[in-house]
Amino acid sequence: MKPFTYQRAGELRDALAGAAGTANAKFISGGTNLLDLMKLEIERPAHLVDINHLPFNGIEETAEGGLRIGAQVRNSTLAADSRIRSDYPVLAQALLAGASAQIRNKASTGGNLLQRTRCYYFYDRNMPCNKRKPGSGCAALHGFNRMHAVLGSSDTCIAVHPSDMAVAMTLLDASVETMDTEGVTRQIPIGDLHRLPGTTPDIETQLKPGEMITAVILPPVQPGRHIYRKVRDRASYAFALVSVAAIVDVAGETITGARFALGGVAAKPWRTPEAEAILLGEKVSTEVFQRAAEIALANAIGRGGNDFKIPLAKRTVQHALAAASQRG
Amino acid sequence: MSNSTPMANTGKTWIGQPIDRVDGALKVTGEAVYAYEHRADDPVTYGYILGAGIARGRISAIDTAQAEAMPGVLCVMTHKNAPAQPAFGPAVTPAVREVFARPRPVLSTDRVRYYDEPVALVVAETFEAARGAAGLIAIEYEDERGAYDLSRHLADAYAPQRTNAGFQTDSLVGDFEAAFADSDVKVDAIYTTPYEHHNPMEPHATLAAWSGDEVTIYTSAQTLANFQAGIANTLQIPPDKVHLVSRFIGGGFGSKLIVHADTILAALAARELQRPVKIALTRQQMFANAGHRAKMIQSVRLSADRDGKLTGIAHDVCSATSRFEEFCEQTAVFARSLYAAPNRITRHRLVGLDTNRGEWMRSPGEAPGMLAFECAMDELADQIGIDPIELRILNEPEVDPERNVPFSTRNLVACMQEGARRFGWEQRQAGPGTVRDGRKLIGLGMAAAIRPNYLGASAARIGIDGNGRVKVELDMTDIGTGTYTILAQIAATSLGLPLSAIDVQLGDSHFPRTAGSGGSWGAASAGSAVHNACEALKQKIAKVAKEVPGSPFYGSNLDRTEFANGEIRIGDRSANLATLIKRVAPQGLDAQGAVEAAGENYRNYSQHAYGAHFVEIEVDLDTAEMRVSRMLSVIGAGRILNPKTARSQIIGGMVWGIGAALMEESVLDPRYGHFVNHDLAEYHVPVNADVPDLDVFFLEEPDNNANVFGSKGIGELGVCGAGAAVANAVFNATGVRVREFPITLDKILPGMPVETSRANRS
Repeated sequence: MKPFTYQRAGELRDALAGAAGTANAKFISGGTNLLDLMKLEIERPAHLVDINHLPFNGIEETAEGGLRIGAQVRNSTLAADSRIRSDYPVLAQALLAGASAQIRNKASTGGNLLQRTRCYYFYDRNMPCNKRKPGSGCAALHGFNRMHAVLGSSDTCIAVHPSDMAVAMTLLDASVETMDTEGVTRQIPIGDLHRLPGTTPDIETQLKPGEMITAVILPPVQPGRHIYRKVRDRASYAFALVSVAAIVDVAGETITGARFALGGVAAKPWRTPEAEAILLGEKVSTEVFQRAAEIALANAIGRGGNDFKIPLAKRTVQHALAAASQRG
Repeated sequence: MSNSTPMANTGKTWIGQPIDRVDGALKVTGEAVYAYEHRADDPVTYGYILGAGIARGRISAIDTAQAEAMPGVLCVMTHKNAPAQPAFGPAVTPAVREVFARPRPVLSTDRVRYYDEPVALVVAETFEAARGAAGLIAIEYEDERGAYDLSRHLADAYAPQRTNAGFQTDSLVGDFEAAFADSDVKVDAIYTTPYEHHNPMEPHATLAAWSGDEVTIYTSAQTLANFQAGIANTLQIPPDKVHLVSRFIGGGFGSKLIVHADTILAALAARELQRPVKIALTRQQMFANAGHRAKMIQSVRLSADRDGKLTGIAHDVCSATSRFEEFCEQTAVFARSLYAAPNRITRHRLVGLDTNRGEWMRSPGEAPGMLAFECAMDELADQIGIDPIELRILNEPEVDPERNVPFSTRNLVACMQEGARRFGWEQRQAGPGTVRDGRKLIGLGMAAAIRPNYLGASAARIGIDGNGRVKVELDMTDIGTGTYTILAQIAATSLGLPLSAIDVQLGDSHFPRTAGSGGSWGAASAGSAVHNACEALKQKIAKVAKEVPGSPFYGSNLDRTEFANGEIRIGDRSANLATLIKRVAPQGLDAQGAVEAAGENYRNYSQHAYGAHFVEIEVDLDTAEMRVSRMLSVIGAGRILNPKTARSQIIGGMVWGIGAALMEESVLDPRYGHFVNHDLAEYHVPVNADVPDLDVFFLEEPDNNANVFGSKGIGELGVCGAGAAVANAVFNATGVRVREFPITLDKILPGMPVETSRANRS
């Protein structure tokens, strides 16, 4: 690990000043990912600004009827919140499907969104990786890529974003509230937060240097049944091979609302508006779910080891939509 | 046996009781001190190992200036300045035992033999400074094209002189090829088993501290004698100048049988700096530097008549190994003893690659071998249309099929039958893919278990003081298996004392030498030594009791002596043992005992422990996720010394079976020669959620040819065949037979039914 300076920020302005005042500064919250990366010298910040003590640990109701989740709210706290459990169960399910109880106790809402990929080659400094070392190549492209992206990837990078929480938040049309080093706040639709790799996989989000996530805003409750289905190699403590977050609302046999998001398939949670649109007004049936799944994966590209994710994602979408449309 | 006079304990026997671990409280309260937690008299320094970024080649330049300049750094050791060490030597040692003792030099040449091989050591006042400085070392390599992929180099396969543990490389009985060619009923299948890593919770770690010309090594070792020899031969110092302490070990599984780089480098650096040095391997480093199970390609061919009687068995194994040091796992050896068949072949071949070599990993041989072979038996049963248990009973041998000696005890058939009854095996539908529960396919599978029983030369020292307290000392280790507890039970039983009177001290090379923990022989070997030491002590006590004036037994000429309930009885007189010792030997008495390595009984009998595993699995119809829902193992391993610790050993093995069947795999990238998924997030072992309530039943059958207790080794038996039972259950559930382990969902997904009817409506 490279030596670094450390600052515990008591006030927001100290944190922003700390980030602005030092080259190569990083915010640290739960540290469940950053510390691992620092030990391996994949992250080599010169300065750490500890934002654990900033007053962003509340979950408040918004004027619009949604929830404003402070960026420092821990994953375990969020998953246990009664409003999340009753009104946004897909988010509670996704949170509890992630990591382990110990990690969820430390991991923050903002940090979860900004966790980095688990690509094995990204994690090994001796390996080429365009994300870690731009221009060095992508070892995963023709290597062991069982966990890698089938949607939105490029020949430069096929890494996936590992968060479960982000998949549910994307499904819920959440937005991310940030503040930059000048103290200016903005809201970014969560679907726009993460960037696809293109030719610059090292740039992972829309955030500017020193810009901090302060909250995640959930819109009002989405009617319908919520499902988060995570497919993984073992029953717990494993990243998703594929995950599907889905909400389906039905009246009688007719679908009156449907949306779904995929995790484990791209550098960001993945939604396909065209696939969601075809479900509206249709009768609940395996065939219509199958069609939606086909549309969602229409542009999928396997890279060898991850080819299986395409049929697996289709099957899981179908299953999740069917489960979410179940009543009684 | 040393006792000429019967020294019975007619009182309480602790052997066979489900005693809690005597070291349990120390462990759960954090009082047990592990290698890296030890302190030294002088302030400790911290080492950090830097590993090679290539898998084959040489270091052409290495610049340590920046690292050396970092505050707190005490030394940077590379091949340029490391103390002289003997050369590693040939890939194959003249004798088996030399493998354990040979010099294992580190940082001694500019050659890189495998990815992440140590190329530098930084020692600093803090761990953080050492690790930070290691990141500042600049190295240039001449990268050579290496060979890393077993399947691409099969043409280079060769026959080793012997397998691990000294077995014959090949065995040939009858004419298998002719029998196979003539048979209508046959299985001809290739299975691959992947690289696997032990990953004990406690990494390999050492604190080395010199005092004059003697070094004390606190480390995590299974077998102190091997470490002492390995260190002495690498540092070229007399073995008696190497003092090893390894009292608590956070798991070994075979990865701590011999000395590794952490220990050698700590000893070298501590000598150079004249300061104590601590070094631990990181989890990532353990994938390259702490041994593994090698990848294997196994061909299993079976021929049978239409009723299921085997006419031929052929098990051919080709395994990856290292170019610089050979390791040939005895993967097909169990097949020489398991089933009867007139025509037989077992063969082992190796391909030398530019990787580190494999080492002993829990149940070397049986773990990968039975994973393949017991699936082939299931395939044969399916083909013939008979029950897998019936098939095995039909081929039960009367004597060891290749050695033609009787079995000492063999309870395999009883294990299968008892297991079938307990598990509800009659519910199994022979037709695969036919049982469904909601969105799950349900399958049942079984497999047999066999594992040889061993006894290794061991000695122990025992002493009793004037308060009746007993101290037992031997250089045995407890790697989490329950050795402390079992040895206390053995001594308490023999001496007729309460368990609380026995203080077992292990893991110190100043104590009498034992065979250590490995090969499932620890309880039998160390236990026999303790038993014999107790017998010798009792002889001494009886002698003194009769010879010392003032003793209640003074002048007695009776032979019959009993130790029970805290008393010694000679003839019709008895006395409290502690009171007697205080009176006749106030300084206390001590004795030694030893046991020789297995001899005649081992040659004259085929000695194995047996078992039968039963598994129920649920396979998700939509996603092909597989989760074991029930598992039972019925075990015939002689007399069980402690059913509680024994059960823990077996269930640990069963969990390894789940892992081997469904998830464990170290992926070697054939372009770079490195293990890609080298941490515990990506190298999957079963977590609690993957493990259902495991059931173990012991069919006790004392084996009087094995050792004085009639016990057999159980540390590895639980793994043997356990994975095959899982794999066979997957087949029964889905109808998909995967022969490339582990069976991950991507491999069965293409064979899973696609739903066309409306899903999930109740």
